[in-house]
Amino acid sequence: MSDPLILSVDHLMMRFGGIVAVNDLTFAAARGQITALIGPNGAGKTTVFNCITGFYKPTGGVIRLKQTDRADIALEQLNDFRIAKLAKVARTFQNIRLFPGMTVLENLMVAQHNALMRASGLTFLGLIGAPSWRAAEKRAIDLAVFWLKRVSLFDRADDAAGNLAYGDQRRLEIARAMCTEPALLCLDEPAAGLNSRESAALSELLLSIRADQGTSILLIEHDMSVVMEISDHVVVMDYGVKIAEGSPQQVRDDPKVIAAYLGADEKEAISVMESGE
Amino acid sequence: MTTISSDHVKASPTSDIAFILKKAFISAAIALVLFSLMIGIRTEAGPTGQLIYWTRFDDLAAIVAAVFGGSILVEALRRWVGPIRPGSLVPASVQGAVAQSSRFLAPALLVFALFVPVIFYNQRYILDLGILVLTYVMLGWGLNVVVGLAGLLDLGYVAFYAVGAYSYALLATSFDLSFWVCLPLAGLFAACWGVMLGFPVLRLRGDYLAIVTLAFGEIIRLVILNWQSLTGGPNGISSIPRPTLFGIPLTNDDDGLAARLGIEYSPTHRIVFLFYVILGLALLTNWVTIRLRRLPIGRAWEALREDEIACRALGINTTTTKLTAFATGAMFGGFAGAFFATRQGFISPESFTFQESALVLAIVVLGGMGSQLGVAIAALCMIGGFELFRGLDQYRMLVLGMAMVLLMIWRPRGIIGHRAPTVYLKKAEAISSELVKEGHG
Amino acid sequence: MAYFAQQLINGLVLGSIYGLIAIGYTMVYGIVGMINFAHGDIFMIGGFIAMITFLILLSFGVTAAPVVLLVMLLVAMAITALYGWTVERIAYRPLRHSFRLAPMLSAIGMSFVLTNYSQVSQGARVKPLPPIVTGGYTLVEHEGFVVQLSNVQILVVVTTIVLLAIFTWLVSRTRIGRDMRACEQDQTMASLLGVDVDRTISMTFVIGAALASVAGIMYLLYYGLVDFFMGFVAGIKAFTAAVLGGIGSLPGAMVGGLAIGLIETFWSAYFSVEYKDVAAFSILIVVLIFMPTGLLGRPEVEKV
Repeated sequence: MSDPLILSVDHLMMRFGGIVAVNDLTFAAARGQITALIGPNGAGKTTVFNCITGFYKPTGGVIRLKQTDRADIALEQLNDFRIAKLAKVARTFQNIRLFPGMTVLENLMVAQHNALMRASGLTFLGLIGAPSWRAAEKRAIDLAVFWLKRVSLFDRADDAAGNLAYGDQRRLEIARAMCTEPALLCLDEPAAGLNSRESAALSELLLSIRADQGTSILLIEHDMSVVMEISDHVVVMDYGVKIAEGSPQQVRDDPKVIAAYLGADEKEAISVMESGE
Repeated sequence: MTTISSDHVKASPTSDIAFILKKAFISAAIALVLFSLMIGIRTEAGPTGQLIYWTRFDDLAAIVAAVFGGSILVEALRRWVGPIRPGSLVPASVQGAVAQSSRFLAPALLVFALFVPVIFYNQRYILDLGILVLTYVMLGWGLNVVVGLAGLLDLGYVAFYAVGAYSYALLATSFDLSFWVCLPLAGLFAACWGVMLGFPVLRLRGDYLAIVTLAFGEIIRLVILNWQSLTGGPNGISSIPRPTLFGIPLTNDDDGLAARLGIEYSPTHRIVFLFYVILGLALLTNWVTIRLRRLPIGRAWEALREDEIACRALGINTTTTKLTAFATGAMFGGFAGAFFATRQGFISPESFTFQESALVLAIVVLGGMGSQLGVAIAALCMIGGFELFRGLDQYRMLVLGMAMVLLMIWRPRGIIGHRAPTVYLKKAEAISSELVKEGHG
Repeated sequence: MAYFAQQLINGLVLGSIYGLIAIGYTMVYGIVGMINFAHGDIFMIGGFIAMITFLILLSFGVTAAPVVLLVMLLVAMAITALYGWTVERIAYRPLRHSFRLAPMLSAIGMSFVLTNYSQVSQGARVKPLPPIVTGGYTLVEHEGFVVQLSNVQILVVVTTIVLLAIFTWLVSRTRIGRDMRACEQDQTMASLLGVDVDRTISMTFVIGAALASVAGIMYLLYYGLVDFFMGFVAGIKAFTAAVLGGIGSLPGAMVGGLAIGLIETFWSAYFSVEYKDVAAFSILIVVLIFMPTGLLGRPEVEKV
């Protein structure tokens, strides 16, 4: 019986010297669903991401990745590449981290590094050109092509990643993350800098990933149209703490959330809402 | 409505000349101050041991005049020819032709190299030069794995060269093992040292990595210099055996190759043999590197150079990636070192200084990091050029240094300005060096 | 115990010389992010210029120590500073916006040029010098071993302290110091606010060269000789000192310099002279394993 949850974060704490960036955060992400983490700038969302994906070591708390047929993995104890490799958690970055001097296709091939390393017999089978290696390489290229077509970058396969337009680069980053065949995909502001047409395409892409691959998605996002359209569950943060949680509609109407975004306090928000009705 | 008078648009020729003259005077004045004491006065330890000096004002005047003239020349060129850019110096059609022909350049060079001993059979000097060039090509290709592909700044590459040389020398002189048996062992020892260097520098970035690798190179040299019982110290190791062809020595003896083949013995035989040995080793280095680039390990090296954090986010163990880069580069350096020992018959710590590391690094950077062909051409030019100064030995480092400075100013990205992708769907588009990251170590 | 005290004194004096050179490295690294490989050779040039100045003064009959020292100091500082300025103008400024390896290779090239220039123009032999500052004090006599503090040693330490004081004042209180600190933080912003970045960077090299030349003079007085290769050896050690202390940190450079001087002196005294450099380099590696940014260095945090 597979666990309905894929990720559970319990009492997560992240302290940098005197500053508490994340304070006693508890939430869960459901398997096969899209969970959004939103909040004003500086709320600590990327810090949470960095804790989940192992780039920061949490000061306290527990992060569990739940697997269908195996025991839970305690993410707070692993470092970054092990989380990606063993727990199958993939991520994208706020500032886009591609390999600009490599082609689009090469970027996707690097993503399949671990599978290809195994298939190449730690390089030796590859050096002698063994047929099993060649078959594995072909499979890897096929997977890359599959994702290139899904994100409409097939025609740019041989172009340098650094030469792509901004929107294309964002999509490439997602395709590259999907090439690692993750169980959980963490996206840090995937819609940042995209126009409304591109955001709509992004929403469609993420929904199709959820539907076809069954990948669970956790995303940080400021673009409310995307959040509202695709999220199954929303967690709201402000100043390092969770201030609201629920379905997109619940969160949208929550006065605490409105107050946080507007910089007003709760009572003001309620009065504004009531007068607006 | 104001009109811009034509005086502002066009600078008059006389003001140009005045400006150039002013600049030349300033340059000459600076040169005068800089060189006044160092060139104008010549000191030396006198006959009684104390310091004496004499003046060389005519030399000083000549140099200041040269600076003055040179400054005029440079300024004049800059004004009336425009800034020197590699693109504008060569017309587009020629550039296109060069780009096309570069595909044939590599095979052409290979064929040429194969026939050098045939063409220059009687010119011992050329053969020796060829062996020297090929040794540096191999060193360049080895360092290219570390600096060019993985982006790890290694300033102490000579350490692996030394380990390889001394491993072979000691194994051969102490245990009577043949060159071909010792060669892989030398590579293995060097690779181990590569891993040992890799561990402390895993968390270091950029310039810290550079200084530690430099320190490592110096430590190896100092240990070799001072561990007299093992390495012979400053006297080095001599009588290192030469390689054999499947056990047949290339000597004038009765069991020598010449006697067996029934041809007249000539010392050139051994030189030609050595030439093909180093050529073979270099080509092995090249082949392995090209293949590794297409395998996940090589791609991981290049990805490491591009963005280490993205690598880690993709599940790549950057620690093992760095260590394998160091080990592989070190191994090739070790092979080259073993060859160096067997070719010379004698090694001493003097051959393994920081200048060597710097020279190999210069070859890699000038070639255009990551480019095999570029490294080969750069080695050919630098070592070949170096040899041109045989007669003016004492000025060699001066010229090398100036050449390094000028080449960096002119072409910081190296001769080959692009990177070739390792896998493609339709067409391999060369990626401009501007996009390729240099790595943070 | 007395032996230890003597080594301590010697180590601190040597360390002061390294520290003066290390400051130049760290200043340049802080402001333009490059390792000035030619800096050690600037130190060597400073020593040479001082030596030649001394010879000329001697031949003109000037022998009063304070006068000789003062003239040596001024002439060497001025001319060496000009060398530093020229090197920056020719080899580094054109590459300022290039990728990191280009200025490094250019610096290595410049180092070769300066070393060879000195070798060619003044000959390859070591140049010995008669002692200019002599005498000293016996501090302690213990179990037959005498702890001595020579006048040269006092001179070196006092000069170092005075220069450090002037330099610290310069960096924290003057306009040029403020400009340097601004350029170190954010060159673009500094230039937008009216700081002449080119001039500030040039000044950094000039001041670094002047300090190195003083180190060269001190070396000359302390050891009584110069040779064309001393720049390379001292340069690596001083650079090691700068990295050990945390490159980019000025107090770190001095701390690192003293550390290297002490390690070198104590290791030669108690273990072996041949491996003193190996000891210094090994300690550097060990420190960097545990403190990747050096003893007093600023940790570089890369934003994920």
